[in-house]
Amino acid sequence: MNNYEHSVNLDVSKCIGCTTCLRHCPTQAIRIKNGHAVINEKRCIDCGECIKVCPKKAKKAVCNKLSEMSEFKWKIALPAPTLYGQFENLDDVDYVLNGLLKIGFDDVFEVSAAAEYVTAYSRAYLKSANIKKPVISSACPVVLRLICLRFPSLTDNILPMLPPMEVAAMMAREKAKSEHPELKDEEIGVCFISPCPGKASYVKNGFGSYKSKVDKVISISDIYFELISAMDHNDNIESISHSGMIGIGWASSGGEATSLFNEAYLAADGIENVNRVLDQIENDNIPPLEFIELNACTGGCVGGVLTMQNPFIAKAKLKTLRRYLPVSQNFLTKEQQESIPEEFFFDEIPTYYPISRLSESMSESMKMMSQIQKLRKQLPGIDCGACGAPTCQAFAEDVIKGVASEYDCVLKHRQILKEYLELKDDSSDSL
Amino acid sequence: MSEILTFHFDVDGDDFTSAGQASVQIKKNLRQLGISPDTIRRVSIAMYEGEINMVIHADGGDADVSVTEEYIEIVLSDHGPGIKDINQAMQEGFSTASDSIRSMGFGAGMGLPNMKRYTDYMNIDSVVGEGTTITMRVNL
Repeated sequence: MNNYEHSVNLDVSKCIGCTTCLRHCPTQAIRIKNGHAVINEKRCIDCGECIKVCPKKAKKAVCNKLSEMSEFKWKIALPAPTLYGQFENLDDVDYVLNGLLKIGFDDVFEVSAAAEYVTAYSRAYLKSANIKKPVISSACPVVLRLICLRFPSLTDNILPMLPPMEVAAMMAREKAKSEHPELKDEEIGVCFISPCPGKASYVKNGFGSYKSKVDKVISISDIYFELISAMDHNDNIESISHSGMIGIGWASSGGEATSLFNEAYLAADGIENVNRVLDQIENDNIPPLEFIELNACTGGCVGGVLTMQNPFIAKAKLKTLRRYLPVSQNFLTKEQQESIPEEFFFDEIPTYYPISRLSESMSESMKMMSQIQKLRKQLPGIDCGACGAPTCQAFAEDVIKGVASEYDCVLKHRQILKEYLELKDDSSDSL
Repeated sequence: MSEILTFHFDVDGDDFTSAGQASVQIKKNLRQLGISPDTIRRVSIAMYEGEINMVIHADGGDADVSVTEEYIEIVLSDHGPGIKDINQAMQEGFSTASDSIRSMGFGAGMGLPNMKRYTDYMNIDSVVGEGTTITMRVNL
């Protein structure tokens, strides 16, 4: 967790240190130092909120470029179902898939198809004995990282199954190797078309000891215009799509949970709501539930920061697209339902890494906290952000940790100056 | 023994929607001190149940948490109606909460039993008509 490679980056030349991102960061990972934002990599969960709110467009997601796929002999695209919700008047997913082939991919494997396998295996998993309920979805990488950093007691509740993106990568590789046995492993390149920077980070860092099987991540917004011009609606197109309502439903909040055919579920979206729900689960303050679906973005994956459409419009478009589709196109046989294959599971869930801990030693931490409380009382408490920290509490913590100076507080500084001037006045009066 | 760290929270009885805030806050503080996740969970559940009780039955009150290197102590005190029969109140399923509170999912009669279950020590001091003080301890 220490050497975590992030996918949210800052263009220092564009950042004016306006404090907007500071206020919106759900993990308080941002500070303004020397006039521009600095991201604390240990705290960042790659949710992309700062990219969404930055008025100067200084925050950027770091993804791969399409040209980087040229290093592979056999190029496979893995479109996220969210991609299908980005186009005007789209009535058939095959236009999108054929477009991907036209812009240079040799094959496409829909993440929505893999999602239908994950759904089917999740149903089987929920029926197994000795599992901790409620089971929390493992699909959103931002939620996974948030749980590992802030909700350690809930790591055992995480569905230990690979997310659809990884299952798609695994199946796409197997398919390529069986159809083209002459291909070597390193000649096959798998590229996820992503709605969010969270997935890009997941691919770079894996999850615990699990290494991602995806090679490159390209954002939907980056590929959009090239793809749209390659999508010819008059073409006599090849029929490729192999997913149904369930798979495509995964793009918006509730899609994963409803497809489990288990009424005892909860689906929450938006990072603030996710935080609150996790808090309540930790406090045992939820009704008896079997499954919890959490998405860091508003509306689910359709709300990802690397998409083109408003999440609700995308959701409506997907609804139209799904209307005449079969419920699912990927099924398990009775035997397959009996035992979930090894390769669908994570080896381990990463261990808790306490990011907010003040010091390694408890007595030192207690001393520091008592100093923080004392300093906090002297601060104005208006959380103005001018010092570069999101709240007065966070500022007090920074000062005691030695990463900020008390004088960075504008109001405290002014008060000191005023006292000094009054003192000077008094002394000049007496002359 | 080193110093004692204290936290004080006013539990607002007027605003039911804000009930549970002190428990969220204390969770953050305990994480900063490096307390184990399991202990944090026990403290926050005990605290949460106590907070809810004060809001439902006593128009709010005060929550004071002390942390030492040996234990975490939670003292919840209110000026509510008091508990008539503590033994009865400690029974699982017993509750005097109103129907409107129950309709929100509270008042299942698990508050006090849960507080006892998740802590190592619990004492209830209650005088009818004057108020209730509950002291709980979780050993580190």
